[in-house]
Amino acid sequence: MTNTTQAKTGISRRSLLKTGAAAVGLAAGSGAITGFPTIWAQSNITLRQFGTGVSNLNAIADKCKADLGITLEMTATDSDAAAQRAVTQPDSYDIADIEYWICKKVFPTGVLQPMDVSKLKYYDELVPLFKTGKLTPDSVIAQGTAPHTVGFVEAQDSKVFAKAPTNWFTMVPTIYNADTLGIRPDLVGRDITTWADIMDPAFKGKTAILNIPSIGIMDAAMIMEAMGNIKYADKGNMTKEEIDKTIDFLIKAKQGGQFRAFWKSFDESVNLMASGEVVIQSMWSPAVAAVRSKGIACRFQPLKEGYRSWGGGLGLAAHLSGAQLDAAYEYINWYTSGWVGGYLNRQGYYSANMVSAKKFMTEDEWGYWIEGKPAKGDIKAPDGTVMEKAGALRDGGSFEERMGHVACWNSVMDEDRYMVKRWNEFIAA
Amino acid sequence: MTVALERPAIAAAKPARRRRFSLGAVTPYLQSAPLALILGAFLLLPIIMIVVVSFWDYDFAAMYPDFLATNYSDVLGSWVTWKTYLNTIKFAAIVWALTLFIGFWVAYFLAFHIRTTAMQMVLFLVCTVPFLTSNIIRMISWIPVLGRNGLINSTLVHLGIVPKPIEWLLYSEFAVVLAMVHLYTLFMVTPIFNTLMRIDRSLVEAARDAGASGWQVLWNVIIPLAKPGMAIGTIFVVTLVMADFSTVQVMSGGQSASVALMMKNQMSLLQYPAAAANAVVLLVLVLLMVAGILRIVDIRKEL
Repeated sequence: MTNTTQAKTGISRRSLLKTGAAAVGLAAGSGAITGFPTIWAQSNITLRQFGTGVSNLNAIADKCKADLGITLEMTATDSDAAAQRAVTQPDSYDIADIEYWICKKVFPTGVLQPMDVSKLKYYDELVPLFKTGKLTPDSVIAQGTAPHTVGFVEAQDSKVFAKAPTNWFTMVPTIYNADTLGIRPDLVGRDITTWADIMDPAFKGKTAILNIPSIGIMDAAMIMEAMGNIKYADKGNMTKEEIDKTIDFLIKAKQGGQFRAFWKSFDESVNLMASGEVVIQSMWSPAVAAVRSKGIACRFQPLKEGYRSWGGGLGLAAHLSGAQLDAAYEYINWYTSGWVGGYLNRQGYYSANMVSAKKFMTEDEWGYWIEGKPAKGDIKAPDGTVMEKAGALRDGGSFEERMGHVACWNSVMDEDRYMVKRWNEFIAA
Repeated sequence: MTVALERPAIAAAKPARRRRFSLGAVTPYLQSAPLALILGAFLLLPIIMIVVVSFWDYDFAAMYPDFLATNYSDVLGSWVTWKTYLNTIKFAAIVWALTLFIGFWVAYFLAFHIRTTAMQMVLFLVCTVPFLTSNIIRMISWIPVLGRNGLINSTLVHLGIVPKPIEWLLYSEFAVVLAMVHLYTLFMVTPIFNTLMRIDRSLVEAARDAGASGWQVLWNVIIPLAKPGMAIGTIFVVTLVMADFSTVQVMSGGQSASVALMMKNQMSLLQYPAAAANAVVLLVLVLLMVAGILRIVDIRKEL
């Protein structure tokens, strides 16, 4: 699955040189070069960005070309392939758009360079979750690979993550969200309040969890802890015994017929829910929206133990320097300047700079997506289709309510290989 | 492949005229070169690569050339592997038996009960109509039929035959076997139909004249002569089932494991050497099965 976006230049090198030289002369003469944005088209800068599918959006590449003149070549892969490519082919990309748990694996190998905070125009406006781990001063820091734990290094050439914010930022956050269980409110027949409800004998043969080991184990951990079976020191970094206990429990539940299916792709989860095969399952926010768009009731149910959260960011390749590095900073500053933020927020994700994103959203959109208020008018997707009717409320409420109750971040464990091996036993059992 | 390799050898062994020695000796090599090159580049080379990689070391990011047996000891030493192989072989056996039974009778009907050749061809083409859509679509179209609120369940509940929907229709081993039989029966029908059409009808008449009953004709004349077709169909079906991952994944709802699915999981986690070791084990097993089939039935006899 490779998705490459590249604007056609349509001009020959010769004509580009000619007009380019003329334009530079003209711009220099008129003093136009001083303002923002720099007109990168004249040097014809291309940035190659690769990463997981969610944030590699064509609309962003098109807008970037229009605003900055920087051509973005985007390649989408799944997260395991992204981790591998980041490490093994460091010259094949300029910008790595990867999740924070991948960053934990990748950054220490030296293929990325940290960003100078003083060059990041909107650094101060970034959501504090990515700097201190706390959304509000009194928030509890979540378990797992929380972004702030891999957000900074000690110095420009350091590969060791810093304990507190420094001047060297590893990644600028792009997209993040809080995941929970999806339910069919018309079929569950009672209130769902805890992760443990997925193991209720009443839902025997009507539940599903996702079969992606690194995420599935987290959902399993949330369930285990909610049932009071175990108390993890860190769900995001289990010991071998904790992994064994969790997997043994899953195998028992599977053999008891608790699960209807294990899904791997977005579409599978949508179909399971829409067809009524499953009434409660692990789910992703856009999948819930997809079920609802078919006119079927589906809710992304907030649970008392909190959310399992994930997030990604943009990192700079180590080989970037000179004009390319400047362009990369320019791109990242543009990314956090508002338009992209508004675009992502309108899709039900969260963006890193809420202050600037607000300027690119209508009051009603801001109220519905971020403040958790009832929609005054119809809420539309970026392509114009109606997502929610007037009066709708976002599941889980406001940004603070959702991101303030993160129990655990997606993560990579030290015992990763052992966990995957045991997970495969669970699927084969 | 053997054909491609043998032909030049036979041709080269022929005594060539002295004068045209150079050209005459080279021609058969040239003639077989395209096929040999294609098979070498796209079959032999990848298989060699897989075997080589299966001995390498790896971590999350990269593979390291090495000569380790750990991939094999991991594959063969885990109960998951054994259980998965047994499961896959079980699927292969059930699907083989069902497709052979259904396939033989469909082919028998086409070959002996349809009088005109034109009608035979029309009906045979009707059999191939489902192949105009992809495997995946034919498989997935079972889901709305078998589901909890699917066609069969809602009909049964509506007619009052069952009080509540039958759960084991979908996301079960039953669903996997059903979909596989549906997908692969034609691979049995075609070769059997082909051999049945070649049976000399006078053999059947001779058997009748000698006083054989219908069952005796079937058992002593037709089935022995249809064996090569059955063997070819068996090879198709067994190799397809052994290598299947999408049917098992989709129809069992991820609840059941197959060897190819295990490999796919390993590859998606970028554990290529482990997947390669698994592939080599599977290849050896399938080759042994094919060799076994060929020992029992001489498929060249009737080709």
